[in-house]
Amino acid sequence: MAEIRIENLRKQFADFVAVEDSSFTVADGEFLALLGPSGCGKTTTLRMIAGLELPTSGKIFLDGEDVTFNRASARDIAFVFQLFALYPHMNVRKNIGFPLLSQGVSKAEIKARVEETARLLQISHILDRSVSGLAGGDRQRVALGRAIVRRPKCFLMDEPLGTLDAEFREVMVHELRELHNRIHATTVYVTHDQHEAMAMADKIAVMNHGIIEQFGTPQEIYSRPASMYVADFIGSPPMNFLKFTSGLQKGTRSVSVEGVQIALPEVHQDLAVSELALGVRPEHIRFNDSSALRGSVYGAEYLGTNQIVAVETGKGLLKARVAADRTFRIGETVGLELNSEKLSLFDCASGRAVKSSLYTEARHG
Amino acid sequence: MSTANSAHSVVEPSSTSKRIAGAIVILYAVITMVPLAWIFLTSFKSPPDSISYPPKIVFQPTLEGYCNLFTTRTRQTPDYIQSLGAPTSTCDEITRNRNMVIAGPSNYWPRFQNSLIIAFGSTFLAVSLGTLAAYGFSRFKVPLADDLLFFILSTRMMPPIAVAIPIYLMYRQLGLSDTALGMILLYTAVNVSLAVWLLKGFIDEIPREYEEAAMIDGYTRLQAFWKVVLPQATTGIAATAIFCLIFAWNEYAFAVLLTSGSAQTAPPFIPTIIGEGGQDWPAVAAGTTIFLVPILVFTILLRKQLLRGITFGAVRK
Repeated sequence: MAEIRIENLRKQFADFVAVEDSSFTVADGEFLALLGPSGCGKTTTLRMIAGLELPTSGKIFLDGEDVTFNRASARDIAFVFQLFALYPHMNVRKNIGFPLLSQGVSKAEIKARVEETARLLQISHILDRSVSGLAGGDRQRVALGRAIVRRPKCFLMDEPLGTLDAEFREVMVHELRELHNRIHATTVYVTHDQHEAMAMADKIAVMNHGIIEQFGTPQEIYSRPASMYVADFIGSPPMNFLKFTSGLQKGTRSVSVEGVQIALPEVHQDLAVSELALGVRPEHIRFNDSSALRGSVYGAEYLGTNQIVAVETGKGLLKARVAADRTFRIGETVGLELNSEKLSLFDCASGRAVKSSLYTEARHG
Repeated sequence: MSTANSAHSVVEPSSTSKRIAGAIVILYAVITMVPLAWIFLTSFKSPPDSISYPPKIVFQPTLEGYCNLFTTRTRQTPDYIQSLGAPTSTCDEITRNRNMVIAGPSNYWPRFQNSLIIAFGSTFLAVSLGTLAAYGFSRFKVPLADDLLFFILSTRMMPPIAVAIPIYLMYRQLGLSDTALGMILLYTAVNVSLAVWLLKGFIDEIPREYEEAAMIDGYTRLQAFWKVVLPQATTGIAATAIFCLIFAWNEYAFAVLLTSGSAQTAPPFIPTIIGEGGQDWPAVAAGTTIFLVPILVFTILLRKQLLRGITFGAVRK
């Protein structure tokens, strides 16, 4: 097992920059999810760590050793491909044993280790089957088996659940996390699915246009998004933005939106007059008829335990997640109250979060 | 495989359209089989039967054509033939009935061996080189790859006769005229362009992930190519090999120009079989019939791969 560290990694294909100046460290035994939309550079980052692509500049360290220009075969890492890449001309047993064969492990030991791995993944009964007839979930397990059989320094996974149907994906998310808890292998997991990332990862790196927008625990990323992009990408429905134009001084504790004063965590920086956005998660909106912030109900989406109510305000549509017991009429006028302690503030021009006590407290605590 | 099913039509064809389709296939098969049947039948006719008009459909079969193909004969007086005693073989008897005796073996068998060596040798070389080149073009960023591929293909754009004289002169200088090596090199050069183009298509279809997985599993690229790419390319390789072999086996123009003696292949030899009083058609037909056998066997052995190979691109995606 090992620590993965990448420093100022950059990858350029012709005139397209896939990854720009990325740096992060995955601690030994940690599970990192690289999260972002397709084309954001997450797979390219993963392939550079694997040695399948060479970076244009920057460095990659495995356990402190610089492996930037080492061959993939010399890095001792395992990679689970999106389409599994099981060798179609070999059966399950040979597929799993293939990495051991290259290391010159004796036949008896290969047999023992393949069978041990198969037991761990509960695929002992299909060891002698051909891989072409396997169901999606079993293919997935065989691909995992081929990865863990040689106990590599780390695991890299490229959207391994992308081709499974939704129902089975949940089962596999659970199994993958279980597996991680049992073998504690350093893992980098690429996905565009925030639920997978949230459910499995210790740390998440949110990527966009080749840049890491934010690197942190799932909790940090959800409750203290570093940019409007992250705030919008994570959460469903995503964070609401109330846009307004104002200047701010250090120490401010409230802002005026549409003539309504809204309290917020103490601002820690001065801002010249510019367009700002107040960010509020749907679950941090409550209905309060005495509130000055008003709007009319646009629609409600019933989800069983709660409901998502869309409210048309002077600043656009706000979506609130509230208890399911109240019924709303469309067009009904309602008052909205925002949970002041949880509000984020963004500078619309840069998209970055404005420094406030919400962020600094987190950093120190 | 489920992907294979999707290529089939959703609507089951009606029995009428099936019957019409079957009739067309049978008609086409009959048309293409007629020349082959003609040759096959002619090889068992006697020389007078072979040139009779109208052609004889029913005739007394004889092995005379095959006997004449493999032997050279000299005419003798009946008295001399009588003095020889009992004939030692069927061919001996047939020959004596024509007032001749067998003088020795003909050149057919050595020419046939030349064909085997040259065709299989050049096919092996063309497919080996073609596979490596196709892999390179498929997987790496080769500078000017499109131009190079066009250049490779352009070697097939002219008829062989257009380059025959320069090659003849070059071969004479290099001492490659009328040598098996020379013919193998020439057919390899012609076939390698076909092999590169066909195989590039097949290798493009094999996802890169397989090699990448193998490289991550601790193998070098060459090992990954050998252990993972090649086994999956067998279909394409078999199909390419058949096409190359058919070309090299049947090639006539270069063979007639560049070989005359020890390296002569069967195609230029067969038409030169002359009997008494002109072309010995049964012997020519017998030579052609035997000449068809290797390619037939090879194609039947690989027909599964060939069929899968031809429909490869169509069915996969």
